[in-house]
Amino acid sequence: MKRRTFLLGGTAVAAGGLVIGYRAWSSGFEAQAARLTAGDGGRLIAGWVRIGEDDAVTVYVPHVDMGQGTHTALAMMLAEELDADWSKVRAERAPGEKAFANRFLAQGWVLQGLELPRFLDAPVQTGFTAAARFINLQITGGSTAVRFTGQGGMRIVGAAARLMLIEAAARRWGVDAGELATRDGIVTHAKSGRAARYGELAAEAAELSVPASPPLKPRAAYRLIGTSVPRFDIPAKVTGAHLYASDIRLPGMRYAAVMAPPVHGGRLVSVDPTPAKAVKGVEQVVSFDEGIGVIAAGWWQARKGLAALKPVFADGGNGGASSASLSAEQERALAGGEGKSMHDEGDAEAVLKETGLRVLEATCHVPFLHHAAMEPMNATAQVKDGRLTVWSGEQDALGAKMKLVALSGFAAENVTLHALPVGGSFGRRVAAGGRHLDQVVRLARAAAPHPVQMIWSREEDFTQGTYRPQVASRLRAALGADGKPIAWSQAFVETPGINEAFRLPYQIPNQSIRAVPVPTHVTQGSWRSVAHTQHGFYTETFIDELAQAAARDPFEYRRDLLPAGSRHRRALEMAAEKAGWGKPLSAGRGRGIALVESFGTVVAQVIEASMEGGAPKVHRVVAAVDCGDVCHPDTATQQVEGAIVMGLGAAIAERITIEKGAVRQTNFPDYAIASMASTPPAIEVHFLRSDGPWGGLGEPGMPPVAPALANALFAATGKRARSLPLAPAMVA
Amino acid sequence: MITLTVNGQTRRVEAEADTPLLWVLREDLGLTGTRFGCGVAACGACTVHLDGEPARSCAIPLEAAAGAGITTIEGLPAAAGLAEGELHPVQKAWIEIQVPQCGYCQSGMIMAAAALLKANPKPSDAQIDAAITNLCRCGTYPRVRRAIRALSGQA
Ligand code: FES
Ligand code: FES
Repeated sequence: MKRRTFLLGGTAVAAGGLVIGYRAWSSGFEAQAARLTAGDGGRLIAGWVRIGEDDAVTVYVPHVDMGQGTHTALAMMLAEELDADWSKVRAERAPGEKAFANRFLAQGWVLQGLELPRFLDAPVQTGFTAAARFINLQITGGSTAVRFTGQGGMRIVGAAARLMLIEAAARRWGVDAGELATRDGIVTHAKSGRAARYGELAAEAAELSVPASPPLKPRAAYRLIGTSVPRFDIPAKVTGAHLYASDIRLPGMRYAAVMAPPVHGGRLVSVDPTPAKAVKGVEQVVSFDEGIGVIAAGWWQARKGLAALKPVFADGGNGGASSASLSAEQERALAGGEGKSMHDEGDAEAVLKETGLRVLEATCHVPFLHHAAMEPMNATAQVKDGRLTVWSGEQDALGAKMKLVALSGFAAENVTLHALPVGGSFGRRVAAGGRHLDQVVRLARAAAPHPVQMIWSREEDFTQGTYRPQVASRLRAALGADGKPIAWSQAFVETPGINEAFRLPYQIPNQSIRAVPVPTHVTQGSWRSVAHTQHGFYTETFIDELAQAAARDPFEYRRDLLPAGSRHRRALEMAAEKAGWGKPLSAGRGRGIALVESFGTVVAQVIEASMEGGAPKVHRVVAAVDCGDVCHPDTATQQVEGAIVMGLGAAIAERITIEKGAVRQTNFPDYAIASMASTPPAIEVHFLRSDGPWGGLGEPGMPPVAPALANALFAATGKRARSLPLAPAMVA
Repeated sequence: MITLTVNGQTRRVEAEADTPLLWVLREDLGLTGTRFGCGVAACGACTVHLDGEPARSCAIPLEAAAGAGITTIEGLPAAAGLAEGELHPVQKAWIEIQVPQCGYCQSGMIMAAAALLKANPKPSDAQIDAAITNLCRCGTYPRVRRAIRALSGQA
């Protein structure tokens, strides 16, 4: 995807210093971006840096902290190009800085003529959140910060600022800019021995025009990128001081608990509010079409009040649905064959009909999965003086704000969203799943002028999720005389959103891949790594079956289907080598391998596992990751480690089931996620540096986990699981 | 009116006797470092110390906590006799090993780890598994283990 970055002018600010902003633009998204910012006077300003006279470098980051160390990594990318003194660099989330209110900044740069009061209220906020949204739009939700904001924005801004500081020094000293050097926040002139700190030069630099396309450092010149500096966000996370949305405390604030119809899409028919009102502290029972809320002085009182109610819900005609009925329906639809063509190459169907070829077939199923972020869904809101203010942890701030504007009927400039750090998201806290916003607006209207903090109970959080879809795929393949696949035909149940995950890395001459719609009333959304979670499982377990049918080693079989020298092949080989592929294992253990590219990153994994006491046990996971370059190796490792831990938990035991139309699991005791005891003693993450574009890291560690484990359990036991989770599948 | 001893201070609260301690800490006393994760004693996000023992505050009714010395993450360093502004060794190790991701579970993890190490300065892996049953959706378990091992000289 072509991406251009435009630098906005540098501006001196009243407190002294230099500010540079940029906007990022990508063809194909221009129309979308224009639509998103229309009417608000918003501009796509993806981020900026401020260099103060005190040498402090503040990097404004248009992403919400969800735990991926993004703020630190982005600041590093800017500081690298700037040659800043890292000890003086800080990251702050845009917007909300005082500098925004500065008249020079406002009039001279961002606003470009708009009136100041409007600037303070909405447009710039919209501009910033637009950027966050815009960046996210490129790839369905995640793993985008470093690869897009960092590469396309932060580095370019840092490089431009550095050139401006050099130019300012050159003018001051009357020397040629080419004779100057920078390091650790200082410009030096070796010939004359002169030196000046960035802070001293900032005001003069701010008068200069911003270079349009500053050159970026070659990798060999990096001093900061590739090191693991301590993350900015960690100290506050070990003292409890880091504020999540549910930690907001406002004067006069009330608390609320809510209940939505247990069958998704259902409606509230009736409720008698009396029993809740009898609970001490309860102030109001708010009923609406899609549920009930209880507002009280404290959350526990609200929850007690809610529990005392006996609401009658209508099930929207879905009260008979179950996970089993959905699976059966999907199998029928897939066997029907047709569907929308997603990819065609050669003529797979014709080859599959040829006689004398070995044909294999499998149908794989995966269950609904819940995000189960540790912070339950919540939001705080206040309606007062004709304004709506919302505090919420949102992955997609602009989407959330637009939704709030639509829900409340208030003009955009009268709606403020404070997007706060999130206690885990994994794709949950996106505007599309924003029922919490609808609820909190209703509650805030009822509680007005008091603010109200709505917190979902964990039970509500489990049963009102936006789940990784329960889906299935039917796969068929024909093997040629040499055992290699010559035809691959796949039909899969379609899921919402963008899906590129069905693309095969392997060279197979005839392919027919089709998507089949099978609607469900259950709310679905994106879950860490989105469609790659299911497609990784489909593709990588089936290719393993083909290797087995061809009596070939599963690693070598895959390798021989990958172009020599490709990123995929190198990652696969590295994982096999580091894991000691082919070396003897203790009795009862098996090794499995899987390879998935997602979000621009190629990950191969080898998992060593066995069945113990009737349950899968994982002994070792080795991952080889090619994400191009690595900004912060420790954080990168941690993201992959975390995805592996979460992925193992999901592969082994996680499953949301539907009974009588409703979600059956209501809390952690019903839905076993990974724990300390289940986490294998050895998780090894290796990075391959490649010249590939920078890929994401938050998600790509996840998709190979389930198939590598299923393949390992096959190697250990001879039993091949075709459905997830594996704990029940292996004993079925 | 119930009287509590929290982080060494005597606090009077109005809440009803059956209110879980968690909500009193977070709402009445403004100690938001102790977090709500499940409400059924299954995740450990709400872990505090009651007389030095780890306890899940979402499952402790206020009246049951009344006689105990309660320590929350905000008071952990002071409870270990450290001066204002200093960090507890477990907190320091957490920074050293860069344990947190989103951080939401980490107050509880740290409280559980501090209690474990106090009771058992050199826990085996099996003892760590048994004591640290806190859930972390971000998957920081390998680092939590590493930090505990480092603190017990088993790095
Ligand atoms: S909130 Fe108390 S254990 Fe989960
Ligand atoms: S660090 Fe996010 S839940 Fe543990």
